[in-house]
Amino acid sequence: MSRNDDATPARPEWPLYEVFVRGKRGLNHVHVGSLHAPDATMALHNARNLYTRRNEGVSIWVVLAEDVTASSPDEKDPYFEPSGDKVYRHPTFYPIPEDVPHI
Amino acid sequence: MSGENIFTGLTEEHDGDARWAFGTGFTEALAGVDTTLPAGVDGADLAVYCQMLGDDALVQSQRLVQWVTDAPELEEEVALANIALDLLGQARLLLARAGQADGSGRDEDAFAYHRDPEHFRNVHLTEAPRGDFARAVATLLVLSSWRLAVFTRLADSADPVLAAIAAKGVNELAYHREYVVAWTLRLGDGTPYSHERLRTAVADVWPLTGELFATHPLEAALAAQGVGVDPASVRDEVHEVVTRVLTAATLPAPEPFPGQTVAGRDGEHSAHLAPLLEELQRVAREHPEATW
Repeated sequence: MSRNDDATPARPEWPLYEVFVRGKRGLNHVHVGSLHAPDATMALHNARNLYTRRNEGVSIWVVLAEDVTASSPDEKDPYFEPSGDKVYRHPTFYPIPEDVPHI
Repeated sequence: MSGENIFTGLTEEHDGDARWAFGTGFTEALAGVDTTLPAGVDGADLAVYCQMLGDDALVQSQRLVQWVTDAPELEEEVALANIALDLLGQARLLLARAGQADGSGRDEDAFAYHRDPEHFRNVHLTEAPRGDFARAVATLLVLSSWRLAVFTRLADSADPVLAAIAAKGVNELAYHREYVVAWTLRLGDGTPYSHERLRTAVADVWPLTGELFATHPLEAALAAQGVGVDPASVRDEVHEVVTRVLTAATLPAPEPFPGQTVAGRDGEHSAHLAPLLEELQRVAREHPEATW
């Protein structure tokens, strides 16, 4: 707080939230950033004010950053390397009908 | 659309907006609205009325800007700046309408930058010093509740431009109130310290609230023509809203809004307005040829 004085009790730091926004023509929510807020409802307010100011979004999710379980950079090779040579997992070996969307 | 990248998907259907990474499909606020003055509407009165509503927004916007770089949290700074920008947008449309309605052809800048304090018609609540965050919450709670009630009615105004401006503003004001209600509940029902700070702020703001509901003769005349809103007619509704919010926030139920006479609407202002306008108008007055 910028105007701290002796009468102001010490304030704990607000928790960090990760923000996901679904755009107007986006199919899924996309991580756009993170912010601090005192609780989840205020995090939604803050996300609306920080990340949808330019007409980007139609839906917002927020989640406590500490609730996100992430893969570790140390495990990158065993996690992701094995799929590197398995091109046959892509659906590129047969024609896709034109009217099948989102592939 | 492209399924691989949300941002590509957002821009590809809007070639004209391709310079933006994302966020497209903006609409003009008053696109397609007939700006001709309807028969039977007094243009001079309408112009003054637009200045009353526009000046409330312009002056409160300038006050809120004082939070930028100085808010308790970065997130709240952006929230308050967003509210300020919404109000500034409302002021621009209303002042532009004032220049059309009185036939002077003055643009929004002429009204904002080249009128002296005695020609501003905002209520004192909007020009009062910024104070602390609780004060901003208390001010915005009353002001956004009042303005939302008035704009909701103005959406049916006999002046199509005023109706369109009000209809656009209703969503903005509904959000302002939602935001400020969230903070009222958290401060009031938070710690004993936050409760006390908010209680003090509400008590400080309360003497300034009565003016919002004092009917100016011009407001009465325009209300009779179906153009404007008699602010006295929203007194009960606004009081009920504010009382419900403050009670839910464990604050004492407020007194009735004080009975007050018209002051700011007639250009009678506190000493706080002149320095605020000096800051707002200085650049435009020192560089009259500048464009932005």
